[in-house]
Amino acid sequence: MATELLLAASVQGVVQQIVFGIATGGLYASLALALVLIYQAMETLNFAQGEMATFTTFIAWSLLTYLHLPFWLVFPVTIVLAFLFGVLIERVVIRPVEHAPVLTLVLITLGLFAIFNGLSGLIWGYVVRPFPSPFPTTPIFIAGVGLSYQDLGLIGVSAVVLVLIWLFFSRTRLGLMMRSAALYPQMSRLLGVRVGWMLALGWGLSAAVGAVSGMMVAPITVLDPGLMQSVLLYAFTAAVLGGIDSPIGAVAGGVTVGVLLALVGTYVPHAEDLRLVFGFLVIIGVLVLRPGGLFGRAHVERV
Amino acid sequence: MLAAGGRRPIGWGVTGFLLLLALLGPLLVLGKFQTLLLAYVWAFAIAIVGLNLLTGFTGQISLGNSAFMAIGGYVTALLVTRQGWSPLATIPVAAGLATVGGILLGIPALKLRGLYLGLATFALAISSPTLIRHFDTLTGGSQGIYISGAGKDPFGLVESGQLTAEQWLYYLGLVILVLFFLFTRSLLRSDVGRALRSIRDGETVAVANGVSLTYYKTLAFAISALFAGVGGSLDAMATSYVGPDSFDVTIALALFVGAAIGGLGTQWGPIPGALFVVYSPIYAQQIFKGRPDIVYGVLLILIMYVMPQGAVGGFYRLLGLRGRLRRQVVAVPELAVASPLGPAAVGAEDAPREAP
Repeated sequence: MATELLLAASVQGVVQQIVFGIATGGLYASLALALVLIYQAMETLNFAQGEMATFTTFIAWSLLTYLHLPFWLVFPVTIVLAFLFGVLIERVVIRPVEHAPVLTLVLITLGLFAIFNGLSGLIWGYVVRPFPSPFPTTPIFIAGVGLSYQDLGLIGVSAVVLVLIWLFFSRTRLGLMMRSAALYPQMSRLLGVRVGWMLALGWGLSAAVGAVSGMMVAPITVLDPGLMQSVLLYAFTAAVLGGIDSPIGAVAGGVTVGVLLALVGTYVPHAEDLRLVFGFLVIIGVLVLRPGGLFGRAHVERV
Repeated sequence: MLAAGGRRPIGWGVTGFLLLLALLGPLLVLGKFQTLLLAYVWAFAIAIVGLNLLTGFTGQISLGNSAFMAIGGYVTALLVTRQGWSPLATIPVAAGLATVGGILLGIPALKLRGLYLGLATFALAISSPTLIRHFDTLTGGSQGIYISGAGKDPFGLVESGQLTAEQWLYYLGLVILVLFFLFTRSLLRSDVGRALRSIRDGETVAVANGVSLTYYKTLAFAISALFAGVGGSLDAMATSYVGPDSFDVTIALALFVGAAIGGLGTQWGPIPGALFVVYSPIYAQQIFKGRPDIVYGVLLILIMYVMPQGAVGGFYRLLGLRGRLRRQVVAVPELAVASPLGPAAVGAEDAPREAP
């Protein structure tokens, strides 16, 4: 009897951790998707993605704190601001080096990383701030498994974002133009697609998706200028796991990473603080064993 | 090397003069603080020379060399505080263990190219502080380790007052830097250097010409890790402290930024690069009240626009020595556009991206 109880409790515990993992995994997936959006457009990784998200999350925090606006008003406003902000960065900073070699682009995004991290610190300081959760943290019980509204809410928000992005790229004319601009820049230009602006749009979308991720991460942790650094690493892990050029892969990768981290953190003794190392090992392992990721294509190089 | 060839913008004379200045500086003009800052410059320059060999000459991006600096720094701290070693004697051990780390990272890195390698090494830089915190019985956890007597030399020069601790660290760093610089220089002039450059300019072609990727890439990783380990050891001595955040992702970025700003793939680049990395946060702090990162980032981006080959590349261009630059930076001009280090870095209309 006692053992049965223990077993039941542990099964519920596992389910609980899995749901929590899916919830946090959705956040990794959002940021991973932001990375993939930029990778698809210009084949570089945006190392500043996390810091940009942190910056916009601070803007949301200011709107909430100083203007006392309700969360569900701040949320869309921040997303729109983040979008414009992303477009602006592409037009001002990235545009002059659009065709530059990968190394130059990586260095530019590292520069942006330093700038936005510094700006967040300069404007809002290094004080740790609580960020209000839009969802009640009270638990609910489904089939004996204790879940929180917050977890379910996070899963819902991530799902909506991912579906919207998917619909945008597969069902709208603009989405089609963006895809063609990324795949065949010259051909698209001949057909009248403004390739440069498509790139800017990609940066805007990516910043917007990143902002969603930031505003959802902050309530779980706390808000400070280092908010997204570990999330960025998990998002990189997710993107690599799923295949860096595959949006669906980013989502699957994000959820997988979230669940794995939740389980490892709970059930492997003394591993709670080694989650970042775990992310690093997964990146190395995937890149070595299956460089294309689970959903991506292997890279073929022409000499 | 600058002294080679017909025209000499900086010949042996200028090199010798600069070296003389560096040797006499602390004795004649430099105060305690400036001497210590320059000791940091030498420590970073050593690590950046190694990174430049790996990234600038072999074409392997590493954003994780801070982890090897951490190995060096912790080895020195532990041997001095727990075993009572002289700081100088810890340097070979620091170098050796960092090299082992470099080879261990080099093995999976063999399979990774370009951006992916940057990504994996970035992950190493972000995760290494948590690893240090985790093994707190060895590393002192978040507290770190204070190293008493880190500025002492085994010859009693500091204790007898002939040199200050800062001056000792300064000269120690300078001597090691010169030795490593000369080593790198002769390595790059040998057929090893040619093999490394051929890997950078096109791996497939390099393999076709009989260059063993496994051997040379691992070698480049090992050397860059060795240099970083020594740099980390010297940095720990200058600070008299190591902690998990002493060698975090900011340091990883600083190394890379230093290499890029000095000029990736140029032999002299690491020195202006290290000067920039050590001094810019200090001046930035005066302008921006404690937020050096912003100036740091803005300068990095501007330099990428204006002179993508860094200070040394820009210097040659100013002197109108583009031919020399091309000879030195890119071995095969036709591959320049495809190479991640090609000269046509900014505003190049002639380099359309290929459809993936």
